[in-house]
Amino acid sequence: MLVQQLVNGLTVGSLYALMALGLTMVYGVLRVLHIAHAAVFTLGAYGGLWTFAATGSFWLALLGAMAIAVAAGLAMERWVYWPLLAKPPIATLIASIGVFIALEEIYRIVAGPEPHSFSVPLRVRDVRLAGVLVTAPQVLVMAVTVALLVALWLFLTRTSLGLALRAVSQDREMAAACAMNVRRIVRLNFALGSALAGAAGMLVGVYYNSVSPTMGDVTAYKGLAIIVLGGLGSIPGTVLGALLIGIVETLFIGLVEFPFPRDAWAFLAMIAVFLLRPQGLLGR
Amino acid sequence: MYLLTVATLVAIYAMLTLGLNTITGLAGQISLGHAAFFGVGAYTTAILTVRYGWPFWPALLAAVAAAAAVGALIGAAAIRVREDFLAITTMGVNFVVVSVFLYFPFFGGALGIGGIPGPRLLGHEVARPGFLALTVAGVLAALAVNLWLSRSWAGLALLALREDEEAARAAAVDVRKFKILAFTIGTGLAGLAGAFYASFLTFISAGDFGFPFSITVLCMLVFGGIGTNRGAIAGATVLGAAPELFRFLADYRMLTYGALLLVLMRFQPAGLLGDDSALWRALRRR
Repeated sequence: MLVQQLVNGLTVGSLYALMALGLTMVYGVLRVLHIAHAAVFTLGAYGGLWTFAATGSFWLALLGAMAIAVAAGLAMERWVYWPLLAKPPIATLIASIGVFIALEEIYRIVAGPEPHSFSVPLRVRDVRLAGVLVTAPQVLVMAVTVALLVALWLFLTRTSLGLALRAVSQDREMAAACAMNVRRIVRLNFALGSALAGAAGMLVGVYYNSVSPTMGDVTAYKGLAIIVLGGLGSIPGTVLGALLIGIVETLFIGLVEFPFPRDAWAFLAMIAVFLLRPQGLLGR
Repeated sequence: MYLLTVATLVAIYAMLTLGLNTITGLAGQISLGHAAFFGVGAYTTAILTVRYGWPFWPALLAAVAAAAAVGALIGAAAIRVREDFLAITTMGVNFVVVSVFLYFPFFGGALGIGGIPGPRLLGHEVARPGFLALTVAGVLAALAVNLWLSRSWAGLALLALREDEEAARAAAVDVRKFKILAFTIGTGLAGLAGAFYASFLTFISAGDFGFPFSITVLCMLVFGGIGTNRGAIAGATVLGAAPELFRFLADYRMLTYGALLLVLMRFQPAGLLGDDSALWRALRRR
């Protein structure tokens, strides 16, 4: 029972990690809370749904989800975040909220307010290990997440572009002084983060078999909780925070008698961590 | 009659934005959980009047005190975290407070609390026009508190804290004390708004005080011009009346709202009437 809940929690946690990584990466280079990232996530889900309807291939759909998300992320960088960079952070925050509200409305008007079902015939099977059931969608979610995270980690630690990216997120001005093209790195950050969010959106759609205009709402605030829990701007911290939140909320829902909702448990966990470590789990 | 309802709600929003302006505008501490304190005030009023038979006026004072007390507590705990960490912590507080309202039977659970009595003045029930006058008086009281604060020594300390926390600390400003002060006053004003809200609507439930509403209040404040009292009131008025003004847009109302926030921040980040806004400078020049 406990192990079963752990598996469920890990699945939810890895979806959170994929989505929150983009938030962390954008925060790392620009120091802004990218609320509209949740709209990119939802767009990924719709992109995946439409590509799947057109091609019938899961992998092409995943690619389509990531591509449309990257386009949206880059557009936001171009027309929202970069022009607002010199302005006070609260102006950027409100602009970002405005973009999120407007995009959710556009999805509702274009795709309709009702949820679309997103059922994909999977070739993977349920796995049963010592009484613990890992369902086929869970296997898929975890496999794709691990693959994407490993790819990201290799990129960040093994390539010179990855090194440049880490340099810019440590100190943007110093990186510029070292003749790095900061704007290009910022765009790369948005592209990578949005690609992960697009993949997360599509996987969430498949996992819960539902795509709706407001599916980004929960993501928007829980993503923020996760990145601050991890220590704002720390990529390993974000993954750790996401898995922790996923596991804590699933365990408490499943095992504690008190009928608090998921989100309340997640936020109580976050506040508890802050009382012990105000800089987050892996913050400096 | 309908216009009176909208005007009264706008006045209640103005008390909220003025309170948030104390915390975020004056002291520079971003709070994403203002609706939680609004809720504490509203629930205090509802429970005291409905269940314990208190009259409105003492319940209003209790609402202000309760919200300020919770605010001081949160402020004291939140001192350990800074900037964006603080913003997200207050967001978390909002979710936890709403869950408490929703899942503890003492607060009426999912059904909320109904039958909240209106205020009585000189032995008479206050009718709608009178209620509007009372809420406007509430706005003026909130305004007076903010003006008094910003002209006092404490206001100067808060300004120093907003501009540069380290420098303020170096100049021997007790940063912790003034952060708690800003939280206490700002959340107290939210409690005042909550008391009026509960007795005006006569029915409240947890959903009225959620995180989305905190965001709405913050949007009102920034839209009007953060850091200024005129901006707080203007933002509450324009965005509070916006659902009515934009009624002709029907299905595109929220889209327009989102786009408006984006466009204003892109071209007028100081808000409608902030110190640096084009409109305010034009008004000053004349």
